[in-house]
Amino acid sequence: MSAAEEVVAEGHEAVEAVPKRAMTLGTGTSLVVLAALLIAPVFVKNFIIFQMTMLLIYGLAVLALNILTGGSGQFSLGQSAFYAVGAYTTAVLMEQFNVNYALTLPISGVVCFAFGFLFGQPALRLSGVYLALATFALATAMPQLLKLNFLEHWTGGVQGLVVTKPDAPFGLPMSQDMWLYYFTLVVTLAIYIFSVNLLRSRSGRAFMAIRDNEIAASAMGVDVALYKTLAFGVSAAITGIAGSLGAIAVQFVAPDSYTITLAISLFLGMVVGGVGWLPGSIVGAAFIIFVPNIAEGISKGLSGAVFGVLLFLVIYLVPHGARQVAILGQQIAGKLRKS
Amino acid sequence: MELFTNQVLAGIATGAIYACMALAVVMIYQAIDHLNFAQGEMAMFSTFISWQLMQWGVSYWAAFLITLAFSFVAGIAIERILFKPLAKAPILTNVAGFIALFAIINSSAGLIWDFTIKQYPTPFGSAPFLGSQLISTHQAGMVGVTVLLLLGLYFFFQYTRIGLAMRAAASVPESARLVGINTSWMIALGWGMATAIGSIAGMLIAPVVFLEPNMMGGVLIYGFAAAVLGGLTSPFGAVVGGFLVGIFENLAGTYIPGVGNELKLPIALALIISVLVVKPAGLFGRHIVKRV
Repeated sequence: MSAAEEVVAEGHEAVEAVPKRAMTLGTGTSLVVLAALLIAPVFVKNFIIFQMTMLLIYGLAVLALNILTGGSGQFSLGQSAFYAVGAYTTAVLMEQFNVNYALTLPISGVVCFAFGFLFGQPALRLSGVYLALATFALATAMPQLLKLNFLEHWTGGVQGLVVTKPDAPFGLPMSQDMWLYYFTLVVTLAIYIFSVNLLRSRSGRAFMAIRDNEIAASAMGVDVALYKTLAFGVSAAITGIAGSLGAIAVQFVAPDSYTITLAISLFLGMVVGGVGWLPGSIVGAAFIIFVPNIAEGISKGLSGAVFGVLLFLVIYLVPHGARQVAILGQQIAGKLRKS
Repeated sequence: MELFTNQVLAGIATGAIYACMALAVVMIYQAIDHLNFAQGEMAMFSTFISWQLMQWGVSYWAAFLITLAFSFVAGIAIERILFKPLAKAPILTNVAGFIALFAIINSSAGLIWDFTIKQYPTPFGSAPFLGSQLISTHQAGMVGVTVLLLLGLYFFFQYTRIGLAMRAAASVPESARLVGINTSWMIALGWGMATAIGSIAGMLIAPVVFLEPNMMGGVLIYGFAAAVLGGLTSPFGAVVGGFLVGIFENLAGTYIPGVGNELKLPIALALIISVLVVKPAGLFGRHIVKRV
C-alpha cells in the first residue's frame, strides 16, 4: 500500500519508470476493454446499450475535466455549463435548423471552445478556491440563463426541446440505440487518442509545467496565460461534444438537467478515476452512473447516505483513484514475472 | 432614496445570515486549508438536534448550549474518524470526502426528521425592530450575535495561548510542530469550533428559512461567496463579506430590470468575481507570497 502511494506521489516519471514489459499489462487491459465495448451491445438489451452510451458520454466529460484539472491544474466546478452549451447547440441546430446530427458535434465543439477560452480569460487571475467559486457561479448561472425570455424562441424556455434520435444510416440492420452507441464509441475513441497525444505534446508538457509550478513554468518561457486559457478551451470543447452526444442519447434538453449537481458528479468521477490519469475517466464515469443506482437498490430512504459511505470507502481504499489500482496491478504483474 | 435605504437594511438583515455562515467557513478554512462543502449540512443537523431537544421539553437556552457542546464534540469526532486518515491524500480526494459527508448527513437527516418544513422558535421575538418593518428583532439579534461571535473569536485568536497555537499550526505547520504544538489536534479543535459556530448559525437562520434538511443549500453558497469575497484568511472580512453579499443581492434584485429571484444568485456571484479579479485575495485577505 505504502509502496504504491510512493509511486503515485512521484507522478509521471514513476509511471514511465515501470519496466517496458510490465506496460503490456496496461495495453492488454485496454485491448480487452475495447473488445468488450465493441462486442457487448450485440448481446444486451436496448436499455443497457443506452446506459453504456451514457457511460461513454460521461467518460468523455470526465476526461475533459481531467485535462483541465489533472493536466493544467485548474479546478473547475463549471463543467455542467459547458456540457449544457454543447447539448443546447446540438438540440437547437437539429430541431430548429435541421442540421444533421453528426455535423452538430464539430460545431458545438467550436462553440464551446470559444466559450471556454473566453471564460478562461477572467479566470486567469483566479486560482484554487477562487477559481472554484468562479466556475461554480458559471454552473449556477447557466440553467437560469437558458430560461431567459428572449432565448425562449430557440431554447424552448423551461420546457426544453425534444431531440429526435437518428436512425442507422445505409440501411444497417441496427436499432437506433445500437447505432448511436457505436457512433458515440467512435467519437469517444477519437477524442481519447487526441487527448493522450495532446498531453504528450509540447502543449501538454506546458500544461503540466503550469500545474506543477506556475512561476517556474513562466521562467522557462511557457506562455502561462495562453496555455491556461487553452486548457479551458480544450476542456470546454470536449465537454461540449459530450453534451451534444448526451442530448441526442437522452432525446431531450431542459435547463434543469444541467445544474451544479452534474458538475459535482463529474468532479467525483475524476477523483474516483484518478486525477490526471486519462484511462481512469471511464472508471470514474462508471462510478457516477452506477453507484447512485446501487445505493438506491440498497436503501431507498437512505440512498444518499449509502452513496456517501460507498464514496468514503473508495477514497479510503484508493485515495488516488483507479490509477492507484492500475499501478498496483502493474507492480504485482512485474513481481510475478520476476519470480 | 427611501427605497434604497430600505433595501440596504433588508440586505443587512439577510446579510447577517450569510455572515454567520461565512464565519464558520473561514474558521474551518483557517484550520484545515480547504472549503468544507458539508459545513451547511453539519449546521443543519445540529439545528435539528436542538429542535428535537426542544420537542422533548428542554428550554431554548438549555437546548442551545447542549447543541453547542454536541456540535463541538461531533466536529472533533468527524475529523478524528473520517478526515484524519485522509490527511495525506490529495486535496481533491478530501473535497470528494466533503461531498460524501454532505450526502450522508443530508440523507440521514431526511430519514430521521423527514423533509416537511418545521417552525423554529427565536429567542429575540419577531416584532419590528425600532419601528422598522424591514428588520425584525430576530434579525437585529442575529446581527448582534454575529458581532459578539466575531469579537469573541478575535480575542480567542489574539490573546489566548491555544488561539496562538492554532494560528501557528495553520500558517506554518512544520515550525509549529518543532516548538511542540500538536498540530493534528489543533486541526481537530478547528473542526470542533467551526461546527459549533455553524450550529449557532443554523439555530439563528432556522427561524427565517424554516427548518428542513435542505435549508442550508442556498445559505452555504452565499456563505462561501461571502467568505471568499472578504478574504478566506480573515474572520472580520468574512463578516463584512456576508453583509456586502446580502446588500448586493437585494440591490441587484431591486434595481436591475428583469432580475427575478432566480437571477439574484448568478448576479451576486458575478459581482463577487469581478471584485476578485481586481483583488484576488479578497477584500481583507492576506496575500500569500509564493516561493518557487
